[in-house]
Amino acid sequence: MQYTLLILALPLLNFIVLGLVDSKWKPKVAGTIGTLVLTIVAALSYYATYEYFSFHKVNGVFEKLMPFNMEWLRFTDYLHINLGILLDPISVMMLVVVSTVSLMVHIYSLGYMKGERGFERYYAFLSLFTFSMLGLVLATNIFQMYIFWELVGVSSYLLIGFYYTKPSAVAAAKKAFIVTRFADLGFLIGILLLSYFTKTFDFEALTSGNASVFAGFTGVSFMGISVLSWAMALIFIGGAGKSAMFPLHIWLPDAMEGPTPVSALIHAATMVVAGVYLVARLFPIYDLYTPGVLHGIAYVGAFTSLFAAIIAVVQTDIKRVLAFSTISQIGFMMVALGVSKMGGEQGLGYMASMFHLFTHAMFKALLFLGAGSVIHAVHSNEMNHMGGLRKYMPITNITFLIACLAIAGIPPFSGFFSKDEILTAAFQFSPYFGALMTFTAGLTAFYMFRLYYSIFWGKEHKHQHTPHESPLVMALPLVFLALVTVFAGFIPFGELVSSDRVPFHSELDLTVASISVIVALFSITLATIFYRKESKIPSLLATKFSGLHKAASSRFYVDEVYLFITKKVIFNNVSRPIAWFDRHIIDGTMNGFASTTQWGSLKIKGVQSGQVQQYAYVFLLGTLVIAALVLFV
Amino acid sequence: MNFLSLFVLIPALMMAGLFLSKSRNQIRTVAAIGASLLMILSGILTYLYLTQRAAGNLAEMLFTSDTVWYAPFNIHYTVGVDGVSVSMLLLTSVIVFTGVFASWKIDPLPKEFFLWYSLLSSGVYGFFISTDLFTMFMFYEIALIPMYLLIGVWGSGRKEYGAMKLTLMLMGGSALLLVGILGIYYSSGATSMNILEISKHHIPMAFQRYFFPLTFMGFGVLGALFPFHTWSPDGHASAPTAVSMLHAGVLMKLGGYGAYRVAIYLMPQAAHEMAWFFLILTGISVVYGAFAAVHQTDLKYINAYSSVSHCGLVLFAILMLNTTAMTGAVLQMLSHGLMTALFFALIGMIYGRTHTRLITEMGGLMKVLPFLGVSYVIAGLASLGLPGLSGFVAEMTIFVGSFQHVDTFHRILTIVATSSIVITAVYILRVVGKLLFGAVQDAHHQHLEDATWYERLSVVTLIIAIVAIGSAPFWISNMIHDSVVPVLSQIIK
Repeated sequence: MQYTLLILALPLLNFIVLGLVDSKWKPKVAGTIGTLVLTIVAALSYYATYEYFSFHKVNGVFEKLMPFNMEWLRFTDYLHINLGILLDPISVMMLVVVSTVSLMVHIYSLGYMKGERGFERYYAFLSLFTFSMLGLVLATNIFQMYIFWELVGVSSYLLIGFYYTKPSAVAAAKKAFIVTRFADLGFLIGILLLSYFTKTFDFEALTSGNASVFAGFTGVSFMGISVLSWAMALIFIGGAGKSAMFPLHIWLPDAMEGPTPVSALIHAATMVVAGVYLVARLFPIYDLYTPGVLHGIAYVGAFTSLFAAIIAVVQTDIKRVLAFSTISQIGFMMVALGVSKMGGEQGLGYMASMFHLFTHAMFKALLFLGAGSVIHAVHSNEMNHMGGLRKYMPITNITFLIACLAIAGIPPFSGFFSKDEILTAAFQFSPYFGALMTFTAGLTAFYMFRLYYSIFWGKEHKHQHTPHESPLVMALPLVFLALVTVFAGFIPFGELVSSDRVPFHSELDLTVASISVIVALFSITLATIFYRKESKIPSLLATKFSGLHKAASSRFYVDEVYLFITKKVIFNNVSRPIAWFDRHIIDGTMNGFASTTQWGSLKIKGVQSGQVQQYAYVFLLGTLVIAALVLFV
Repeated sequence: MNFLSLFVLIPALMMAGLFLSKSRNQIRTVAAIGASLLMILSGILTYLYLTQRAAGNLAEMLFTSDTVWYAPFNIHYTVGVDGVSVSMLLLTSVIVFTGVFASWKIDPLPKEFFLWYSLLSSGVYGFFISTDLFTMFMFYEIALIPMYLLIGVWGSGRKEYGAMKLTLMLMGGSALLLVGILGIYYSSGATSMNILEISKHHIPMAFQRYFFPLTFMGFGVLGALFPFHTWSPDGHASAPTAVSMLHAGVLMKLGGYGAYRVAIYLMPQAAHEMAWFFLILTGISVVYGAFAAVHQTDLKYINAYSSVSHCGLVLFAILMLNTTAMTGAVLQMLSHGLMTALFFALIGMIYGRTHTRLITEMGGLMKVLPFLGVSYVIAGLASLGLPGLSGFVAEMTIFVGSFQHVDTFHRILTIVATSSIVITAVYILRVVGKLLFGAVQDAHHQHLEDATWYERLSVVTLIIAIVAIGSAPFWISNMIHDSVVPVLSQIIK
């Protein structure tokens, strides 16, 4: 399957070409070329997926293929960074996700970004992102993953800050990069620890279940916890940063400053699930050697998903609602991984997590693109500038509704199936966990329909000009993704992706399914009563629970805590004193040497006066002193 | 005559040519031709070196030659190169070349400027090709003196103060060095000052304990070792563009190179024994420099403190005494040299247009100066270690190498040093955000002209080098690694 190399090479080439020609081409040409290249990439990915799942099952196990692997940088005899391509069920699945959503975003942007300054630059950055993300999912070793991990980070920085004359966009880009960089430091230290003891970066060696690889870790512990656990926890911090897990989630809502299609691609469907993918990639280690860390991941995921869902209920910016919804949904995926084990039915959570990653990517991209279509029409992100849009934007309305039903977990839409598997796995792990996640799922249904009704129903807002449906290039991706959302639930996912690459058949758990559907329907009904027509209940509730409402609207003040730490503590109490210390103490000492020397020479200078009498006097005095010394000592 | 001596001879011929030239155009032509010849020469040298190695030549130094200068004192002129010096020569050629184009419009006294500039280059080249302690020291001094005049005459701001401070502190360093070198020579009992020969003698431990710190600190001053780094912010801030480029890009590398070639190579036992102390100092440099940079508002100060942090990493890695970290140190010298030169070039170009270097007085330049803006972002990304650019390769080699150390102390220090990647991101993005993005702050900046052809040439050359090392690091990394192995195997033995 050598041709998979093209999947990586084409977007890179595209980036270089579009980056170098910059604004010398007509915008339309750049957009068309970018989209065409992505079409080829997507076609290749689909073909690779077909070929992989059809022909590479040996004795009932999907193979791990490495069609390409070259040494890029050698550190020591055993540690070297390779760049290559690893094909296994999860990487192939990610290929489909990344190339599909990226292609849709490319097409959609032809309409959405039309006439924007820097159109070519936008397409160049999209290519860079696509290249980096594909490199990340195809990585053969953890260092290659880290390389592309950083590259997706920078593409995200460039795209969030696309409107670089807007100060809020610049600040958001900076925040996103620095928060994730901080998390990546954990990732890097984790890699250093892991590779020091295992002597390898290779996923193959790390995850094949060969215990001798981890022999170096025996008996090494730090603060009562084994070093392997530290390493894996640190690596997870990297994943938590990219996947916006609490408390590293603060960058994602701000990242909505970027163009909406970018939010759909990077901050909903692909880059933000990199953390989930990382845990899935290293899952055998987590499961076999550090189950404690894995459970920790489940707790972080569960807390984050509930926390973000509560905030999503009260946000009024439609992109922020979606952003918190994304955080919450990634929490679901983390939970699913955290409660899973290796192999067969035991690995239900693992499969569910990947399944949800897939379906979520599609319907969340759909939601964002739909939101973009709305924003395009009304020129605002605020919910209360919308309302009653269903008459003007029928396609957006229907597709958005489908996505809402999917994320709420209503059968037969795709989200129902994947979320149901997650809930089943969570119930198997612990009933409390299952109940908590079901409650969060209910919240999800509520806030999504709150969003839906506020945009498309409710009181009509006075618009400056009548809102219109988006052009065909924007509507087409919506329809395509909606179709995927309708049918993706019927993919027999367990037959393709599983923790040990052995296909298994997963049955729908009817009890769990019926509970979750009832909860979802109840929440939707509630949202319908509250928001379909104008109603006083929401504002009454808001005044009743004003404390909670205010706290949730201000996102529980996490940003303020960060601001305090970075601005007050680090900038004012570390950086400023260091700068002062350097200029005044260290440099002062150096200048002190110089001025002392100068002072000394000024004093001594008087001796060299040129007066013969004075010389004779000193001469005489000296002779007398020496004579005295000779005589009396 | 050995062809390595051409590296010293070409700058000398450039000086003669400059001396004879009459007009500004003639001066430029001479400088450009000379710099291009040097660039070609180092390309040829790299090619020859690699073919020799590929043909199985295992000698520690290639293309060696030895001429007696003054027999009574055993003073020789000895030259030779290994992978480390070849990469340093390549770096020097790139910086000298781009420096010429960055000072295309230097005013006043272009002739004198380029004369001193050529002398400075010949000193640097001489330092990297010599394998004799005396020759090395002599070229080191040749490189230092022109600095004073270049900053004092063509500088800006408090230029006399900056020039004096820089020269005095570096001279102080070279005084320590002179004692160290003489000490090494006499206590080793060798019959010449040739490094290769001295390395075969054993210097008694009692002497090593004195001379290692002297030599290491002597070179360390030049490599911005904490707390002897304060010449760097003031010196750079007042230096003209090309001098900042050459100084931060190459001259500071003399420190790291010398520490490796002289201090570590000749006194390995003392290095092993005393490394912990200097590791702490360099560790402080790395983090402290980065934190100090966060708070600066003058572009040159930011870059100077950033250099303290990055060069601290060079010395830090050298002291780890293992092949990977040492390779990383050399890569970091290359990488830092290129990107800091790029930074200083861009800062000079921006200053030439806006007449300020304070980020508080600028903003939104990306829209007005897209070429310079994009290049500044690339330099910034290289500095914060983005994969695909040189910084990443160097830093990762250092971190992975240092982390292979068996002592927990060294590994913990490495973790402390890795934290600099976050702080670097903070100060780089702060500057980029403030300087380039947002709305144009000053109405006078609305109509600035973007880069001219000679500025573009200079910037693009540096960017190509940064991308080349960053995306295809294997060949240069292997070349350095192969040269470091024999040196370190002697130490470990």
